[in-house]
This record gives sequence, C-alpha cells and structure tokens, in this order.
Amino acid sequence: MARTPRLRKVVAPPGFKGYKPYGHSPVDLDDVELLYEEYEALKLADYDFLDHQSASKLMGVSRATFARIYESARRKIAQALVEIRDIKTVYGNAWMDKTWFLCKRCKARFSMPETIVNHKCALCSSTNIEPITSDNKIG
Amino acid sequence: MKTVITSTGNTSESAFDKRFGRAAWFCLYDDALRQVEFYENEYVNAAGGAGTKVAEKMVELGVKKVISGDFGPKAKDLLEKFQVQMVVVQEDATVIQLLDKIRN
Repeated sequence: MARTPRLRKVVAPPGFKGYKPYGHSPVDLDDVELLYEEYEALKLADYDFLDHQSASKLMGVSRATFARIYESARRKIAQALVEIRDIKTVYGNAWMDKTWFLCKRCKARFSMPETIVNHKCALCSSTNIEPITSDNKIG
Repeated sequence: MKTVITSTGNTSESAFDKRFGRAAWFCLYDDALRQVEFYENEYVNAAGGAGTKVAEKMVELGVKKVISGDFGPKAKDLLEKFQVQMVVVQEDATVIQLLDKIRN
C-alpha cells in the first residue's frame, strides 16, 4: 500500500456540499467525489490565476504534487460534466488553520497554529497524528 | 519556548487542572532556561470572562503552547488569533507526567 500522503493546506473548504446537474434524463451512475485539496487547487490555478509554484507553496506541497492534484481536479470535473454525474465534496488529505489534530500515540488533541511548521504531537512529539474532521470527531 | 500547563496545585506532583480560565495554578515551563515555575491564577474568582483574561495573560507572557483539559469558546478564539498552540488532554495526569512528555 502507498505511504500516507502529506497533508495539504486548504485555506477554506468549498462553500457547497455538492453540485447536481438538471434538465437531463436519469443517469444511474455514482457521484464524482471532489477532494477539498482538489477544489483548492482548481481555485488557486483557475480562479486566483496563481502559477503552480506559488500555489504549491500555499498548499505546502511540491510543485509536482500540486500539478497532480490540479490535473485530478480537472479530470474529475470533466468526467462529472460529460457523464452527467453529481459532484460531491469530500475531505481528502487536507488541513485548515482551524483543524485540530489527534495524536494516535498519546491521545492528546491540539491545534496547529500557522507558526508551527513540523507536524508532530504537541505533547509527545510523535509523528503519528491525524486531523480531526467531522467524520472522526468524538466528544 | 514557553509552555503553560494548568494545574490544581503549586507542585509538580499536583494533578493538572482540566479547566483553563478557572484553573487554580499555572505551571510555566521555559525550555530555553530549563525552568519550571508556578503562578497562582488571579482570575479564578472572576465573575465572567476568566478564559479571555487568562488567554490575554498567556499572550503577555509570550507563551506559545498551553496544555489543559478544555478551553472555552472565547479563550479558544483569542488563543487561535495569537497563534498559541492549544493542547487538550482528556485522561488524568500529574503536572510532572505532562512535563516529562514535552521534555521527552
């Protein structure tokens, strides 16, 4: 199995949960799941008109990784349009300023202010941490 | 870097305090000076807004990380704004146990 991808910085999640086509004959196909970081890549490149270098810096990934995420975003949207599928926004490997993290080793939860560069547990310094999203939030 | 652990007492053997704004004491650890100091919380009996007052105090002292059991919404907002890292520990522990973890 491929190693866990590095977390991508997303400034803000999309302001919608999904997109639905209308005025079409019924299509029995699954939704296209657009990851938060794919939305962000599309926004930075095609809406804010940043070059790949600046955009990748903003997201905290390499230029090559940015290009891959952006390409994936465009292909998914093209597929959704051509095959008349709904688009659904899904969390993916993202983190935002407001994201809190959970350390899998010591169970501590902590915030990640912008000033912190290395992603380690704020208590025990373990790298075994994961972002807390509404899917895995407990208590 | 300065870290604060909310504490129920003024010794390292005290249990850490799960409250932030109304914590009894604050344990201040400075890793550059390798010093541990205890400060009494002057806002423990404040009528309201203890969390905000304590958060402001943290920023004044130049604290970069706070370890407690829970943070109220106003304290959380302020600490986020001033880029102070918040750590929530849910199990019981003594101050020395938490200090050992951050000192590795």
